[in-house]
Amino acid sequence: MSFPEYQDDGFFTSGHVACAGCSEALALRVILNTIGSNAIAVVPPSCGAVICGMHPHSAMGIPVCQTTLESTAATASGVKRALNARGKEDTTVICLAGDGGTYDIGFQALSSAVERNEDLLYICFDNEGYMNTGGQKSSSTPLMAVTGSTPQGKSSRKKNMIEILAAHDIPYVATTSPSNINDMVAKVNKAKEIRGFKFISVLIPCIAGWGLSDDAGIRLARLAVESGVWPLYEIEDGHRYRLNHASKTATVAEYLKGQRRYRHVSPEQVEQMQANVDDDWNRLQQKLVTSEQPIRMQNL
Amino acid sequence: MTQPSNRMLLSGNHAVAWGARLARPDVIPVYPITPQTPILEKITDFQASGELDAELLTPESEHSAMSACISASLTGARVFTATSSQGLLLMHELLHWAAGASTPIVMFNVNRTVASPWGFWPDQTDSLAQRDTGWIQLYCESPQESIDTTILAYRIAESVSLPTMVNHEAFYVSHAMEPIEVPSQEAVDSFLPPYNPKHLLDPGKVESFGYVLDQNTHYQSRRNMDDAMQQVYAITEQANKEWKELTGRDYGIIEGYRMDDTKVVIVTMGSMCGTVKVAIDEMRDQGVSVGLLKVRLFRPFPYQQIRDALEDIPCIISMDRNFSPGLGGVLHQELKAALFGMQNTPKLHGLLTGVSGLNVTPEKIKEWVAAYSNAEPVVQSVWTE
Ligand SMILES: Cc1ncc(C[n+]2csc(CCOP(=O)(O)OP(=O)(O)O)c2C)c(N)n1
Ligand code: SF4
Ligand SMILES: [Mg+2]
Repeated sequence: MSFPEYQDDGFFTSGHVACAGCSEALALRVILNTIGSNAIAVVPPSCGAVICGMHPHSAMGIPVCQTTLESTAATASGVKRALNARGKEDTTVICLAGDGGTYDIGFQALSSAVERNEDLLYICFDNEGYMNTGGQKSSSTPLMAVTGSTPQGKSSRKKNMIEILAAHDIPYVATTSPSNINDMVAKVNKAKEIRGFKFISVLIPCIAGWGLSDDAGIRLARLAVESGVWPLYEIEDGHRYRLNHASKTATVAEYLKGQRRYRHVSPEQVEQMQANVDDDWNRLQQKLVTSEQPIRMQNL
Repeated sequence: MTQPSNRMLLSGNHAVAWGARLARPDVIPVYPITPQTPILEKITDFQASGELDAELLTPESEHSAMSACISASLTGARVFTATSSQGLLLMHELLHWAAGASTPIVMFNVNRTVASPWGFWPDQTDSLAQRDTGWIQLYCESPQESIDTTILAYRIAESVSLPTMVNHEAFYVSHAMEPIEVPSQEAVDSFLPPYNPKHLLDPGKVESFGYVLDQNTHYQSRRNMDDAMQQVYAITEQANKEWKELTGRDYGIIEGYRMDDTKVVIVTMGSMCGTVKVAIDEMRDQGVSVGLLKVRLFRPFPYQQIRDALEDIPCIISMDRNFSPGLGGVLHQELKAALFGMQNTPKLHGLLTGVSGLNVTPEKIKEWVAAYSNAEPVVQSVWTE
C-alpha cells in the first residue's frame, strides 16, 4: 500500500467543526494542502461553510470569501477578474460548494461560468442532499434515498452533473473520493495546471444524512467506488474520457447495507438499482471506447 | 480654476458610460435590460477599442453580475455595473449582501416600471423598493447630472465603504440627447484617487470575509453601517464642493429652486424637477410664488437638511413617481417623517404623479398648485392624472 503523496502544510487546521467521522474534513485537508498558499477560496452556505468555523476563527489557511448559496461560480469569477486586474493571474481561485449549491440553486451561475470558461477550480462536496438545513433532497439525491423532504424515498434519479458539464466542453471534469486520496491529489494537481474551468466532484458519505455509524464514512466511499455507484473518472475538453478505477468489485447491495436512508428498499428494488448501475457503467465503457477523437477547436 | 472639458452631444445613458469610463473601473460585470442597454453597449465599445482598460464580465443574469461585483470589490477592484427594473429586483438579496460587505460598488440604475404587467416606462418604484438595502441612493434630473454624479458616486462610496446607486429615469433622461461637458481624464484623476482599500482578499494577507458572526458582532456590523451612512452627508457636501471647483457645476444633497419669498414648495426627485422648474417660472411670471426642493440624495435621507430648508414654509406639495401599494408615495412617507415634530409643521400634500410613466406637464403642475395651495391635506397620498 502506498501512502498519500501530499504534504500537510497546515492549510486546514484542527478545531474545525465537521461532524465526528465526516470525510469532508479529510477531503478539505487534502485539497487545501495540495493547492497551497497562493489561493483564495469561495464558500457558499453548506457543511463546508460550517466546517470553516465562526468569526473570528477560520479552519482554512487561505483567504475565504463566503457568498450566497446560488452565487459561488459568479462570486469566484469576480475574485478571479479582480486578481487579473491587479496582475495576480497565477493565484488559484477555488470554489468549495455542496451539491445543493451546485446541482440546484447555483446551477445557472455555474453553467454560465463554465460557458465563459473562467479560470476557476470548482470542488463539489457531494453528500447527496441539503445537509446544512438538516438533510433534505437535492437533485443529486439518488433514487429511493430517504431524506427530510422525501420520507418515502426519492422518486427520481440523481442528476448526472458530470455529463452535463462535459456537454459544456469544460476543460476538465472529474470525480474523486476520500477513499482514494492519491487519486484526489493527482486530480487536484492536474486541475491546478489547466487554464479555464475545472470541476472536481468528491463523494462525501454523510454520517448524519445517510444514517451511518461514525466510522463508516471512508468504507462507504470505497464501496461506492468499487460497486460502480461512484465511478472514478475524468473527462478532458468534454470528450476525452479516462477511468481511474477500472473494475467493479463490489455489489450495489453491499454499498446500500449500513445506510439508514435505504433501509426501506426491497430486494427487488435493490436488483433494479444494480441494473441501473450496470447500465451506467456500460455507457461509460462505450464513452471510453469512442473518446480517442481528434483534437477539436476549443475555447479561445 | 475649472478644468477644460470636451463638449459632446450624448444621451443620458452614453453620458453614464462616459462617467464610468472616466472613473477607471477595474472590473465591470453587467447584464443587459431595456432601457439600460446603451450603457452596457457603450462600455463594451470602450473596452473593445482599448479606451477602457477593465475586465468585462458578461454573466447569465444580473444576480451573477452583482455577485461578481461584490467579490471583485472585496478583492480590491474598483467596480461598475448598470441595470434597471427587473434586473435590480433580481439583485435584491445581493444588494443587502453588498452593503453588509462594505463594498463601494457604483451601480447606475435606469428607473423603469416594475412588472407585472410588463411596462418600460419611467417610474422610480424599482430603486425606491431597495431603500432598506443599505445602498446610498442619488437621483439625477439630466444627462449632465448623470455623468457628473457617476463620478461623484465613486468618491462618496469609497470614502464610506458603502455601495452607491445612481438613478435616472427611463427615456426622459436615459435616451434624451443633450450637449454634455465631459470632464478631462486629468480632471477626474485629480478628483478620484485610485482605489486602495485597507482590507481585501489577497493570498498574501489571509483575510477572509463573510463568516458567521455572533449576535454582538452582527449587531456591531449594523452599527458600523449606520455610522458610515451618517458620514455620507458631510462627505457628499465636500465632494460636491470640490467638483464645483473643478468643473464649475454645483450640486447639493438637496437643491432649492426659486425658494425666495414663497409659501408653497414642491418637493420631488429626478426628471420631474425639470418640468417643475418650467412650471414655476411661468407661475412666477403670473405672480404666483412657488419654489422647488429637489431631493438628490435619497439614502441616507437628508432629514435635517429638509427640515432646515422647509422651515417657515406653510404648504408643501410632494410629487411621487412611484407607488408603494398600501402606503402611497415613498417620498411622501419620508417627508412626513422628516417634518414630524417641527415647531410649525407645514401642511403636506402627497401627490402620486407620473406613476407608470404618465406624462407630467407644466400645465398639470400649475393646476395642482392652484388646487392644493389652500386646501387641507389628507394623510394618504392622492392619485392625480
Ligand atoms: C437563497 C437561500 N435559500 C436557502 C438557504 C438555506 N440553505 C443553506 S445551506 C442549504 C443547503 C445546502 O446544501 P448543499 O449545497 O448540498 O450543502 P451541504 O449542506 O449538503 O454541504 C440551504 C437550502 C440559503 N442559505 N439561501
Ligand atoms: S452533516 Fe454530513 S456532510 Fe455535513 S459535516 Fe456532518 S457528516 Fe459531514
Ligand atoms: Mg449537500
